[in-house]
Amino acid sequence: MTAYNFAYLDEQTKRMIRRAILKGLAIPGYQVPFASREMPMPYGWGTGGVQVSAATLTPDDTFKVIDQGADDTTNAVSIRKFFEKTAQVATTEKTAEATVIQTRHRIPEEPLTEDQILVYQVPIPEPLRFLEPSEVETRKMHALEEYGLMHVKLYEDISRHGHIATAYAYPVKVEGRYVMDPSPIPKFDNPKMEMAGIQLFGAGREQRIYALPPYTRVVSLDFEDHPFDPSKADHPCDMCGAGDSYLDEVIVDDAGGRMFVCSDTDYCATRQAAGHRGRLTTEDAA
Amino acid sequence: MYVAVKGGERAIDNAHQWLAEERRGDRDVAELSVDQIREQLSLAVNRVMAEGSLYDPDLAALAIKQARGDLIEAIFLIRAYRTTLPRFGASEPVDTGAMACDRRISATFKDAPGGQVLGPTFDYTHRLLDFALAAEGLAPEAATEGEPATGPVPHVTEFLNHEGLIQQEHAPAHDTPRDLTREPLELPAGRPLRLQALTRGDEGFVLGMAYSTQRGYGRNHPFVGELRIGTVAVEMEVPELGFAVEIGEVVLTECETVNQFVGSKSEPPQFTRGYGLVFGQTERKAISMALVDRALRWEELGEDNVGVPAQDEEFVLYHSDNIQATGFLEHIKLPHYVDFQSELELIRKLRREAMEGERREAAE
Repeated sequence: MTAYNFAYLDEQTKRMIRRAILKGLAIPGYQVPFASREMPMPYGWGTGGVQVSAATLTPDDTFKVIDQGADDTTNAVSIRKFFEKTAQVATTEKTAEATVIQTRHRIPEEPLTEDQILVYQVPIPEPLRFLEPSEVETRKMHALEEYGLMHVKLYEDISRHGHIATAYAYPVKVEGRYVMDPSPIPKFDNPKMEMAGIQLFGAGREQRIYALPPYTRVVSLDFEDHPFDPSKADHPCDMCGAGDSYLDEVIVDDAGGRMFVCSDTDYCATRQAAGHRGRLTTEDAA
Repeated sequence: MYVAVKGGERAIDNAHQWLAEERRGDRDVAELSVDQIREQLSLAVNRVMAEGSLYDPDLAALAIKQARGDLIEAIFLIRAYRTTLPRFGASEPVDTGAMACDRRISATFKDAPGGQVLGPTFDYTHRLLDFALAAEGLAPEAATEGEPATGPVPHVTEFLNHEGLIQQEHAPAHDTPRDLTREPLELPAGRPLRLQALTRGDEGFVLGMAYSTQRGYGRNHPFVGELRIGTVAVEMEVPELGFAVEIGEVVLTECETVNQFVGSKSEPPQFTRGYGLVFGQTERKAISMALVDRALRWEELGEDNVGVPAQDEEFVLYHSDNIQATGFLEHIKLPHYVDFQSELELIRKLRREAMEGERREAAE
């Protein structure tokens, strides 16, 4: 792969992306347009995250990629291999060992530190998109801080269903200014967004980058009488017994039998290695 | 017992091997060469060059071979390659008036200086399967050569221009047009960017949009003023020399439509124009492009926006790129367990409450 520059993109492109990242960090939650490139993987498969990671990685970094919380899902494998090949960076599955973590749809369970960067892959960066399809209009709404439409939508959910009917990509307000799409993470992960690490969001197809500096105030939208509820499956993990992690539901037999297991594979494996046991742990599993 | 979804890496490697095997097909059948694709599937090559935005017939043919004939996949390969190429500079605008035309027709004038030249067209073929083609090895008879056209082939629409009957195109602005592939798309885009997007836009999408205007969704009464296909020289100014030198040739298809126009608040009654310019012999695309271009010019010509899709710059530009579209469409194949799980819990909760509500009502 010597035909390509470190981390695939040429230095000019990385510079352009870094400028967008810095602008994003300076205006938390604001969607910065950037000249997204065609990457050798399809749009919608993490090209935004990949470009942000490419502009962020240095040769000394240790890189981790998760999709749905897992390091071994096919697209996470594919992206990790891409950077192993084009940047020759060290990779890891351990959250604590990584300096840059690219993620799709999850925030790791283990709290991140000030030395870590979390890069999100974002499909639709515009939180107002499904209320207003026109980009021209939604940019105007953000500029004017005109978020009435979003509150009306949430209110209508409550009046119709008794709850806010959004389970993932639950909108947040950043530092009291911009309403932001947290990417399709489950709302269970929303409270974790107030963290020590830097959070960068890349939407390749939609040509947008946005960011959250460390310790930024991120509030999930709600009402006083209907406070935000970061719910999850009401079970402990069947493999490691964790009661505080986000769980995947897995169908295990033809009769519809099911089990619940941590979606964060590193968190679960680390707990099992430390001797934690769940309902279905077999002795040889650890 | 639960088996973790391990082995993604091995599965990917195996899938790639299988894909390579399927691409090759039956090994008893001779392998297709890139040269054969370039020479014998040239219209596919042209489409890949046009929508891939890279004029290189050999690479386009290679991409088609690698993509097993899936043209959008081939376009994707070309785009991903193109984006890594360094830029030395920009060429001079090509002079399509000096095109060496293989084909040149006008639907608005019976004859015009330069003549009507049908060229290699499917237009008047009867679409009957030619079973003789299945018996390979028979070379077609060489086409009888007529007198090669000499002399200039002026643009047909210019004749209308002499009389002032067609809307004048404004002299090019001094600003260099923005580059769709190097800057984020921001709206309003303006005509240069719209034309850039249309020329690399998906042929099917642009065709559908154009067709919708013909069927009444933003009708703009087009005639093909002129359609020409041929070779033009590409010139570039080399700073060390101080003048432009020819660096190569490209085949282009250019279409200018002449559209009826009864006038508006700002413009007198006159004919108006739509413009299409596409790499290679790609006339369906060039004509479609011209119709959509014309529809998108409503504001400039003082027409009403009647709210149809082909008049909506944002709608057309955001949805014309097939690489963006196919990537996002196909990404729903990726795992979504986490989102689905959170939806599952929400639906269970809402159902539980709805059922309890019904039971309570029944009891009352």
